[in-house]
Amino acid sequence: MPILEPPTSMNSAHIRSHLKELEDEAIYVLREFAGQFERPTLLFSGGKDSILLTHLSRKAFYPARIPFPLLHIDTGQNFVETIDFRDHMVKQLGASLVVRYVQDSIDLGRVKDETGPGSTRNGLQTVTLLDAIRELRIDAALGGGRRDEEKARAKERFFSHRDLFGQWDPKNQRPELWNLFNGRHRAGENFRVFPLSNWTEMDVWQYIAQEKIEIPNLYFAHIRPVVKRGDVWLATSDVVELFPDERPEERLVRFRTVGDATCTGAVESTASTLDEIIAEVAAARMTERSGRADDRRGETAMEDRKRQGYF
Amino acid sequence: MAHLTEEKPMDLLRFTTAGSVDDGKSSLIGRLLYDTKSIFEDQLEAIERASEQLGDGQIQLALLTDGLRAEREQKITIDVAYRYFATPRRKFIIADTPGHIQYTRNMVTGASTADLAIILVDARKGLQTQSRRHAYISSLLGIKQLVLAVNKMDLVEYSQIVFDEIEREFRDYTASLGGVTIQAIPISALYGDNVVDAGDRIPWYTGPTLLKYLDEVSPPDALDHLPFRMAVQYVIRPHQDFRGLAGRVGSGTIRLGETLQVLPSKRKSVITAIDTFDGQLKSAQAGDSVVISLADDLDISRGDTLVSETDPPQLANGVRATVAWMHEEPLRLGQDLIALHGSQFVKAQIQRFVHAVNIDDLSAVDTDRLSLNEIGVVEVVFGCGLPVDPYSQNRATGGFVLIDPDTNVTVGACMVESALHDSKIQNLAFRTVRAQQVSVVNLQVAEALRSEIRSRGQAAVIVGSEFAAVAPSIMSQDVFVIVLDPRGLESRGPLVDWVVSMVDSLFGLGENTI
Ligand SMILES: Nc1nc2c(ncn2[C@@H]2O[C@H](COP(=O)(O)OP(=O)(O)O)[C@@H](O)[C@H]2O)c(=O)[nH]1
Repeated sequence: MPILEPPTSMNSAHIRSHLKELEDEAIYVLREFAGQFERPTLLFSGGKDSILLTHLSRKAFYPARIPFPLLHIDTGQNFVETIDFRDHMVKQLGASLVVRYVQDSIDLGRVKDETGPGSTRNGLQTVTLLDAIRELRIDAALGGGRRDEEKARAKERFFSHRDLFGQWDPKNQRPELWNLFNGRHRAGENFRVFPLSNWTEMDVWQYIAQEKIEIPNLYFAHIRPVVKRGDVWLATSDVVELFPDERPEERLVRFRTVGDATCTGAVESTASTLDEIIAEVAAARMTERSGRADDRRGETAMEDRKRQGYF
Repeated sequence: MAHLTEEKPMDLLRFTTAGSVDDGKSSLIGRLLYDTKSIFEDQLEAIERASEQLGDGQIQLALLTDGLRAEREQKITIDVAYRYFATPRRKFIIADTPGHIQYTRNMVTGASTADLAIILVDARKGLQTQSRRHAYISSLLGIKQLVLAVNKMDLVEYSQIVFDEIEREFRDYTASLGGVTIQAIPISALYGDNVVDAGDRIPWYTGPTLLKYLDEVSPPDALDHLPFRMAVQYVIRPHQDFRGLAGRVGSGTIRLGETLQVLPSKRKSVITAIDTFDGQLKSAQAGDSVVISLADDLDISRGDTLVSETDPPQLANGVRATVAWMHEEPLRLGQDLIALHGSQFVKAQIQRFVHAVNIDDLSAVDTDRLSLNEIGVVEVVFGCGLPVDPYSQNRATGGFVLIDPDTNVTVGACMVESALHDSKIQNLAFRTVRAQQVSVVNLQVAEALRSEIRSRGQAAVIVGSEFAAVAPSIMSQDVFVIVLDPRGLESRGPLVDWVVSMVDSLFGLGENTI
C-alpha cells in the first residue's frame, strides 16, 4: 500500500475540505457507536445513504471487517435492483446480513396489510423493525438520516435516545456537546445513531463521486414504465396496484431516493453519470423526499412516524 | 448551491446564532439560505403560499426555519436546530439557538461546536442583556470570532449614530472577555441590506456584507499546533499481528517514528504505522480519524488517551471548572454524577461551589447549588485520573459533560480551568489510582483492612510513597486506607487480585456503566 504524503501546505493556510471533515466526523461517530454499545447494528435500507454508511463503516474499522451486522427490514415490495445490489455488496464486503420480513409480521397478525391502489407497507416496517430490535436485543441501530432532509430532523441528535417502546420523545433528548456522545441507557432502551447528520444531499453525491462508490442503477436515468400519480412518477410493478384510469407509459426517469417501490416516485431525468446527477441536484427543483408519497400524508408525517420509532 | 467546477476544495465553517423572539433571527437565516439558493423549490412554494395567507407582499423568509414564535405557539420543543447552506467556497453549518435566558443550555450546546458566533441585535432596542449573555457564553465555549449583526437598520433610518453606539457598547463589554475578534455589520434581514448584497442604503458602511465576511474569515486556528491528544475509541484487531488504536486526533500533529505516551499508564512507545482505508500516512493532525500502531504490545483499550511524550496533559483526580447546568433538578454538593471525557465515563462529584456567575454582569455570587441554565465555577472530583488541559488552551481535552447516573441524562457541560492538586481533594474516596496499575506493599495492612473496609464501606487508596505524608491526617478521618505501591507491577499475586477486585467494587464503575 502506498504511503501517502502529507498535504503539501501544512502551514496555517492548510484547508480541510468539507468532505474530509464530514468523513472524519462520521468515522468518529461510527467508532463511538461500535465502542459504546453491545449489540450495534446497521439498518440497511438499500438506499444511497445506507450504502454510504456501509462504505464509511468499512473505512472506520479498516483493516478489520465491519464489526456489526447489517439489518434489512424487507417489505417484500422492494425494487429488484435493491435486493440484487444488497446481496452483491454484502458478499463483496464479507459483512453479515440479517433480514426480517414485513410479510412475517403480517402472517403473525402483528400488522394489517394495506390493500388497494395507493397502499404501501412503508409504515408497517416500524412494527417489524421494533420486533427485530427486541428479538436481536439491538441496543443501537445505525441510520442514514440527515438533518437537512426534513424539518423534523433539524434537531435530531447524533445519538438519539429511544425508550422501551422504541419511541422518540422530542422533549426528552439529551443535550449533545462537543463530540461527546452519551449512549448510556437502561436495559431494553436503545439508540438510533446518525453519522450523516451534518451531510446535505449535495455532500452525499459529491462524496459518492469522489469515492467512486457503487450505487444501484435506479439512481441513474433509465427507461421504465411509470404512471403519473399526483405530481410524481410511480414505477409500475407487481406490487403497485393501479387506479382504473391509470395507463403506464415509458419514460426516461431516475430515482432520487430509493425506498419501497410502492411509494418512491421517480423524476424525469437524463442524468446518467454521477457528474450529471450532481449537476441536476445543484439545480434541483424539488427536495429529495418530495417524491415520496409517505411524507405527503400530512405536513407533520415525518415527525409522527419518528415518534413511533420509524428509522 | 452548485460547485461543479471547483478549483479549490470547499472547507467547512460552523457558526451559532442567537437572538430573542422578534430580533429577526429566522429572517436572517432564511435570507442566507434563500440568497445562496440553498432552498429547494417545493419548500419555497410552501412558504410563498404561507406568505400569501399572511398578506403584505413580502416573502416571509422566517417561515423557512420554523421560527421560534411558531415553535412556541405549536408547543414544539425549543431546541438547537441545525441548518445548512453553502457558497462555492465554503459549506456552513448553523447551530440555530434561541437567545432568552431560559435557553442558556441551548446556547451552550450550539456554541460547543461552533467556530464563530453571530450576535443579533435589534437596532431599535440596542444591546440587550441577552446579547451580552450570548457573547459571554460564546467566549466561555472558546469562540474567538464574534459578528455583531445590528438588524432592522431600516427601522432606524439606517442611522450610523445608532449603529456606532451599539458597536461601542458591545466592544466595551467584550473587552473583558479577552482575545475575541469582533466584526460589527449593520443589516436589514427583511430587505437584505448587507446580508448577501450590500445594497445602496448604507453607504457609510464600507466593511464586508455578512455573507462575504463568513465566506472569507479565516477558520479558527486549527488545533494542529497544540500538543498531541487522541482518545482511543476502539481497538482494531483483524488478526493476531495487527493491533490498531482507532481514534480522531483531538489536537496536535504526529509523525511516524515519534514516541507517544499512553495515559493513564504512562507507558511509552513508538508509532510504527498510521493507517487509514485510503493508505498509510506519514503524519496525522487534529481532526483526522486514523488508526495508530505502536511498537510495543501495551495493554491499551477504549478510554485510554494517547498524548505527546514531551508535553502530556495533567492526569487529574479533580479539576476546577466552569459548569453550565442543564437540568431541572439543581446541581448539589456531593451528588453522584458521571463525567464523560474523551472516550471515558468515570464517577464524579462536586466537592465545592466556588461561586455562581451572574451572566448579566459577570459578577461572582456565593452559592451552594446551581439551577437550570445557571453557570458557576466548581471543583469536580473524579473516580480516576483524567487527562485534562485547561479548556482555554485545548478544546479537545478541556471539556467534559456530566451525566445523572440514575436517569443517564446529560445534565451539565464543564470547561476545565485547572487541575486540582491531590492535596486539595477532600473526599479521599476520590483520591484513587487505577487498580490495575498498583500492587500491595504491606500484606498485614491489607489483610487488616479487609474487615474494616467491609464495616465502614469507605476507603481511600494511597499510592505508596505518599503514605507517610498523609497518613496522620487520614487516620483521623472516618475513612479507610489501602496502601499500594506503584512498583512491582509485574508480580501480581492473589492478594493483588483481591485488592484489585475490591478496589473495583468500591471505586469501579459497575456493570451498568458502559
Ligand atoms: N423592518 C424590519 N423587520 C424585520 C427585519 N428583520 C426581521 N423583521 C421582522 O421582525 C419580525 C420578527 O422576525 P423573525 O425573523 O421572525 O424573528 P425571530 O423571532 O428572531 O426569529 C418579523 O415580522 C420580521 O418580518 C428587518 O431587518 N427589518
